[in-house]
Amino acid sequence: MMTAAQPGGRAASIPLMGHEIEPTMFELSVRGRSAAQLRTTGIAPRAIESMVPASHLNPEPLVTADLAERDLVGHVTRLTHRQFSVDLGAYPLGSCTMKYNPKFCDAIAADPGLASVHPGAPVAMVQGWLELLVTLEERLCAITGMAAATLQPAAGAAGELTGLLLMRAFHHANGDERRRVIIPDSSHGTNPASVTLGGYQVTTVPSNERGLVDLDALRAALGPDVAGIMLTNPNTVGLFEEQIVEIAEAVHDVGGLLYYDGANLNAILGVVRPGDMGFDIVHMNLHKTFATPHGGGGPGAGPVAVSSRLEQFLPGPRATRVDGRYEWVTPKSSIGRVHGWHGNALVLARALAYIEVHGAAGLERVAQHAVLNANWLRRRLADTLPAAYERPCMHECVLTATAVKSAHGVRGLDIAKALLDEGFHAPTVYFPLIVDEALMFEPTETESPQTLEALAVAVESIVARAATDPESLHRAPSHTPVSRVDEARAARHLIATEDDAER
Amino acid sequence: MADYLPHTDDEVEAMLTFLGLQSLDDLFAHIPAAIRLAAGATGLPEGRFEPDVADQFAQFTRANRASAGQLVCFAGGGAYDHEVPNVVKSLASRSEFVTAYTPYQPEVAQGVLQALFEYQTLVSRLSGLPVANASLYDGATALVEALNLAGGSTGRTTMLVSAGVHPHWRAVVRTFAQGTGHEVVEVPLVDGVTDWSSVDVDEAAAVVVAYPNYLGVLEDMAGARAHATRLGGLFVVAGDPVAAGVLRTAGDWGADVYVGEGQPFGTALSFGGPYLGLFAVAAEHVRRLPGRIVGETLDTNGRRAFVTTLRAREQDIRREKATSNVCTNQTLMAVTAAIQLGWLGTAGLRQVAVASATGAHALFDAVTAIEGVEPLVSAPFLREFAVRLARPADEVIATMAADGILAGLSASSLTGGPDPSVEDDPSSVLLVAVTERRTQLELDAYVESLRKAVR
Repeated sequence: MMTAAQPGGRAASIPLMGHEIEPTMFELSVRGRSAAQLRTTGIAPRAIESMVPASHLNPEPLVTADLAERDLVGHVTRLTHRQFSVDLGAYPLGSCTMKYNPKFCDAIAADPGLASVHPGAPVAMVQGWLELLVTLEERLCAITGMAAATLQPAAGAAGELTGLLLMRAFHHANGDERRRVIIPDSSHGTNPASVTLGGYQVTTVPSNERGLVDLDALRAALGPDVAGIMLTNPNTVGLFEEQIVEIAEAVHDVGGLLYYDGANLNAILGVVRPGDMGFDIVHMNLHKTFATPHGGGGPGAGPVAVSSRLEQFLPGPRATRVDGRYEWVTPKSSIGRVHGWHGNALVLARALAYIEVHGAAGLERVAQHAVLNANWLRRRLADTLPAAYERPCMHECVLTATAVKSAHGVRGLDIAKALLDEGFHAPTVYFPLIVDEALMFEPTETESPQTLEALAVAVESIVARAATDPESLHRAPSHTPVSRVDEARAARHLIATEDDAER
Repeated sequence: MADYLPHTDDEVEAMLTFLGLQSLDDLFAHIPAAIRLAAGATGLPEGRFEPDVADQFAQFTRANRASAGQLVCFAGGGAYDHEVPNVVKSLASRSEFVTAYTPYQPEVAQGVLQALFEYQTLVSRLSGLPVANASLYDGATALVEALNLAGGSTGRTTMLVSAGVHPHWRAVVRTFAQGTGHEVVEVPLVDGVTDWSSVDVDEAAAVVVAYPNYLGVLEDMAGARAHATRLGGLFVVAGDPVAAGVLRTAGDWGADVYVGEGQPFGTALSFGGPYLGLFAVAAEHVRRLPGRIVGETLDTNGRRAFVTTLRAREQDIRREKATSNVCTNQTLMAVTAAIQLGWLGTAGLRQVAVASATGAHALFDAVTAIEGVEPLVSAPFLREFAVRLARPADEVIATMAADGILAGLSASSLTGGPDPSVEDDPSSVLLVAVTERRTQLELDAYVESLRKAVR
């Protein structure tokens, strides 16, 4: 393929003036400075001592940081210049789906008609919000092939735990106490952690040489004490579990439920639905599949959709259409609330806007182009870094640096760090755990062929350098705001605040 | 054909050729045909362009009659109408923060990492405890994490939770206890203050008190601390972070764990989310801290740098042995809170607390002079208070909404029925909050409207 590499604006990821540290806001603080401008209330002043008993009052003022507005703006802006982001450049961080976040959806969420509404306002005053939530629930159910959903979970892991509590409530209602939940060895770490918090024991089943669930091993692990299985499909090595129908049958045969970890739902939009594969419980990461911005690590949103036999257990209250109006309704056997209010509502609004723009055909194109880009990159780099599994992948590909490591002593981590110097974010390294020297690339559908070619050229040049100048790769990155960071030191001498005595 | 895909048809064609494929559909040839979705089977509508979708959302917003421009907000209950200045909105919406992911590559994530370090420092100071994490989902789920920490730390399962803790938070605690097997014991309030003596337990993993509690009351903190000591449990304080502008901190009261709802610092009401859970601990609990922690270190050139640390606690490494499953948190809200606190400064934080309390006390004095409006309790309060009305609170709220006022929250809308926090019927209890944004004119209008509404 003869696409020229055009890494647009690569220099933008490098600060204007590198290598100076930015002081903290506390170091910039000068007591007596102030930026705050608060409303003139016209309310007669009262001394705090006249309102609150002295025993409750802090005798010393609680000192935070004191900055003029101009200094605050300078400080925070300089911090942003030390930060990579999707808006700056390609971010092929596998499993995280760092696609472009449309500005339109941000504007929707910033509308005061949504953003300035108190969550406890009377239901008659928030009919628009409830209609929005009901519409989103319908869309998510149509996309996943499920019957009903809760929008409360604030992130994927919160969705997982919610789903496991639904599984528990379902079995409990059947007088059927079960002990174990099965997960594949390639699963996200949140899966086993959620299983434990859900009150179940983890049984891990191995993957086969094709990177898929070993059906025989799964059958051997199944039994009447199995509450269910948690699967990601496509799985964390970017491969579709082709025997999903057989897996679902086997789990259902012992009375277990199938939980779908929706971390990779973006790969199958409009192509195949979890409900049609036989899943009973599905969480979605709206910040991945539906492009709500990741915010540096949150907020996300992790709605959970279920088949009709689990609907009565969903968290409540749920926005529900009743006789042409919208009400908050708690399902009759609800597990209860999983969020202080209604979930990450403004994230939900963004996701609905994204879904409405794309529609059925647009969402299918999202999956098609995500899979196209990943397969193109996998094939393009086949002679440079081989794929862990030599087969068509879905939306991400797991490559391995084993050969480069044994030949030149350059590890996957070194390659990832060197990519930062080339103006790209690194891929995910050392996950999934079942692949040696894993480099997991998820280019996403919103990167152009020119950017993909530039990424491939960058990887090629780094791997070529492994043979000629491996030392430079051990030292990489060198053009970033800081060079390689001493993580061991941070853990050994924890300094988590400005006030730490160790500092 | 609305989407955000850069590929031209020719480019798609060329990429497929490179892969030896005929069509995009061939990319999915390995998916069993029996489960493939037929075209149009989802019933999803067709896509529309942005301006068309904007029209649809305008219908949603028109059907909301509770936005700030329509109702003057006297509702609180963990969600407050505080000032968020343009400078904070502008800085917090910078796309370097908004469109980044978790700082797994610290060399290109010093912006988010340093902002989180500053946030952790601020939460540590507000809580009076030495170590804070980089945020959790919200106050309610932060409390769940605190109880899990307490269970792990003490090896016990009994959680003593004051009924003064927000009813939704208690509901969330009960939900997650189904998985952990924790026994949650709710301790009733008497005249607005937790009556620890009313519950007969010998030991507990945690003793949880809200400060101020959801009725606005300043609890007997020394008594709660002593009770935790007596039962050998961790002392968990669910604190209003704005109150820290004037009140003694959780750490001053001897807390082992602090949790709080961070929405008051720069995050709009947002219909309840995204907010952020504040979480801080005493030094001996650092290794059990849930979620991410940012630590200071050096780069290979000896320059100061920040990095997520104590990673060995986290789910992606410890898997089923992890004490928390938290991965994504609320980083953007945490960064926003740090910026808002930087804007407020030492004096501004205190001014917000004092002005809110001043408005609340002025309004309390005025409304309790109305016939049919009685103080619910006699205990001291800070910036929120509860009154008992001669009519159902939800009716009064509906009536006052016609005057452009969101009068507060009915206690029963939070509790869903009888509750150990309120000795009689909660449906006639109105919870009122005042922030520094409320003016004397608005207070006057409130009093007039309430006078008519309870008649």
